[in-house]
Amino acid sequence: MEEQVLLTMRDITKTFPGVTALDHAQLTLRKGEVHALMGENGAGKSTIIKCLTGVYERDAGEVCMEGAEGNIWNRSTQDAQNIGIATVYQEINLCPNLSVAENLFVGRQPRTRIHTVDWKTMDQRAQKIMDNLEIHVDVTTTLENCSIAIQQMVAIARAVDMDCKLLILDEPTSSLDDKEVAKLFKLMRTLRDGGVSIVFVTHFLEQVYEICDRITVMRNGRFVGEYSVSELPRVKLVAAMLGKDFDDLASIKPEGRVSVSDEIVLDADHLSHKGTIKPFDFKIHKGEVVGVTGLLGSGRSEMVRCIYGADKAQSGTEQMRGKTLKINSPIDSIKVGMGFLPDDRKADGCIGELSVKENIILALQARSGIFKRIPRARQVEMADHFIDLLKIKTASRETPLNQLSGGNQQKVILARWLCTHPDFLILDEPTRGIDIGTKTEFQRLVLQFAAEGMSIVFISSEIEEMLRTCTRMCVMRDGEKVGEIEGDMTQESVMSAIAGGEKK
Amino acid sequence: MSSLKKLTDKTLFLPLFCMILVLLINVIKSPDFFSIAIKNGVLYGRLVDILNRGSEIAILAVGQTLVVAVSAGTDISVGSVMSLSACGCCMMLAGYGVNSTTELAVPMIVGMLFGVLLGGVCGAFNGLLVSKLKIQPMVATLILFTAARAIGLLLCDNQITYIRYEPYKYLGNFIPGIPIPTAIFITIAVIAVISLLLKKTALGLYIQSVGINSRAARISGISSSKICFLCYLICGLCAGIAGIVASSRIYSADSNNIGLNYELDSILAVALGGNSLGGGKFNLAGSIIGAYTIQAITTTLLAMGVSTDQAPVIKAIIVVIIVVVQAPVFKAWMQTRSARRLAARAAETSGKKEMAAK
Repeated sequence: MEEQVLLTMRDITKTFPGVTALDHAQLTLRKGEVHALMGENGAGKSTIIKCLTGVYERDAGEVCMEGAEGNIWNRSTQDAQNIGIATVYQEINLCPNLSVAENLFVGRQPRTRIHTVDWKTMDQRAQKIMDNLEIHVDVTTTLENCSIAIQQMVAIARAVDMDCKLLILDEPTSSLDDKEVAKLFKLMRTLRDGGVSIVFVTHFLEQVYEICDRITVMRNGRFVGEYSVSELPRVKLVAAMLGKDFDDLASIKPEGRVSVSDEIVLDADHLSHKGTIKPFDFKIHKGEVVGVTGLLGSGRSEMVRCIYGADKAQSGTEQMRGKTLKINSPIDSIKVGMGFLPDDRKADGCIGELSVKENIILALQARSGIFKRIPRARQVEMADHFIDLLKIKTASRETPLNQLSGGNQQKVILARWLCTHPDFLILDEPTRGIDIGTKTEFQRLVLQFAAEGMSIVFISSEIEEMLRTCTRMCVMRDGEKVGEIEGDMTQESVMSAIAGGEKK
Repeated sequence: MSSLKKLTDKTLFLPLFCMILVLLINVIKSPDFFSIAIKNGVLYGRLVDILNRGSEIAILAVGQTLVVAVSAGTDISVGSVMSLSACGCCMMLAGYGVNSTTELAVPMIVGMLFGVLLGGVCGAFNGLLVSKLKIQPMVATLILFTAARAIGLLLCDNQITYIRYEPYKYLGNFIPGIPIPTAIFITIAVIAVISLLLKKTALGLYIQSVGINSRAARISGISSSKICFLCYLICGLCAGIAGIVASSRIYSADSNNIGLNYELDSILAVALGGNSLGGGKFNLAGSIIGAYTIQAITTTLLAMGVSTDQAPVIKAIIVVIIVVVQAPVFKAWMQTRSARRLAARAAETSGKKEMAAK
């Protein structure tokens, strides 16, 4: 069956100062399909979408859409909406302080005869929309009281109700748990069967194979290929994204790992932070990689924040190499050789408008103190060294950090800590939202640093990733450390520990 | 073409451009604008006057720039703090309750340092409220905006204290034998100290980091609240110094008039200098240029015979133009316009070529 083509984008080119983000990229969408847009960070997925929705203006290329005359040139998101293109971003662009119904109708509220807002009709219509889409929510609740998943669905519902023919979902699932993802997929299927085409941007391969019909792969701003999901095995997909034959991820973990030394680097005893994490003990040896696992909100991040002093510990003691530490704020931990890559890159990591160079040397400068300014030449040397070592893709070392893609920003933050040569490095979700190639690189680096004698705490939502890197895992549940697993760890044993099985 | 573009891309281009524009209008209006004469052994001229009178705003702008950068807020107490420091200084020199004196109660330097110190205390107070108690900068500094002037009046026992002691006038006027107004030296000294501080230490990097993302700065080991506090402290000290200069000009402490509305001029100077009031990246030189631009406008208007009552209207119009020209929206509009014009021209020439080929 040859489906009707809804949208074609051809030869799309877009350059930013110093970078070609899109180089003759293309995308073809058929009616009523879920189309995955895949690629590594910086492949140009977001850029091509932004060119379509009018956030950016393309430099060249052709966009044709069924029902619209000729070459479409969207200059604003409003233009895009008018011809039926709606986008739902990872960060939800709704008003959290308004009700669900208000969010659905904001800007186009039903009016009464005297032109005031007709609340009753609005709520009724809103409820009907939600019921049709089988989203179970009371439309009068304030949006911020709904779960992220519901918020996302409200955003989708809003788009759908505004007669969209093409719905773009930009990494909608990265903050959802499995159950919520299932709900979202159900909604997507309903929409697809109703004739809406969906562009689905994600990093999760499983999800692509679960929901999508076709895949367009991009690499370095270029179109690599368009495939039907059933014809493309995973390994080939990854290979297409990486542009090389996919080396088995599992092979990066060296067989028969060097035994960890007995030297205890950090020993935390009964640390706690009121309201977030109950007292816990934690030990790490030299050259050891320890994972912290648990569900979202189980206290994974809170535990390491407490160790690092990002949240000041309210009880307990910490020793580093036998010396008792007094940690009031992060600078104290930096001074004794700790580093901390926070999970919320945007809020806790990036200093967006500062250059890559300044971001890299920041922690080292903070450790040296305000009066010992690192000489310019040394700054340049260090920045160049790490841009090279971590393969950071940037126009120059003076480029503001916020112009880099997510994965590269993460590498810059990692470089910031490597600069300080920490003995103990905490990586909280270093690989979230970054592509599979960079992920593998990160894992490889972690193992390399550990082999060089660094002790590392590695947190990830993906158990597989931790199995590959960690020798031991702390299991967290409901703000409490409930146990540790060591030795033969499998996906199953870790899962059962998280869920509260027999291991305690 | 490309060198012109490079020039216009420089951060300081617009502030400088605006200042030159103001000066140009001056030259057209009065050709003797740039002429500098020596009368009674000191320099005379409109330009000297602008540099001299602009000192207070320039000094305030230095402190204000740091405050804006670090906290995305403004210190609106600087004008009042100027007045307080002037009163404190005069009170020390004359003794409490004396309204006019020719003899100093304490050495002059002690009184002046006391005045500057008062400014520092005010700055520290503001800094404490903003950095530790996390009060919005506008609200926190509103306290001293209203209170400092009144405290100054209390210090001076509700009267204007005159210091009729010749050396006290040096700071705001001339030191005998030196033809350049002393205030210019003071301004240069303040700017030099702060620039050195920014250049030789990591303070600049810290301030920008905290201003852009204080949480990330803290995680990276920078004590965000300490840096914020420090900026307010420096701002207070600057206000103190500006207060002493202003007091020396009129050899008295006129609590009600010293530094009146100067907080607004200092904020404007920061904005005119191309600095975002949203904090983060900053450019000290821009603020200083902005400060002198404001003074140039004021001086020009007064010299043109615009009455002091109407001067603010014209000043407002000029400021609106300058701010609009610097607005990112306007810049983007200009860019797309010139790009389109270029494209049109290119199309035209290629069309002509085709015609010729035919």
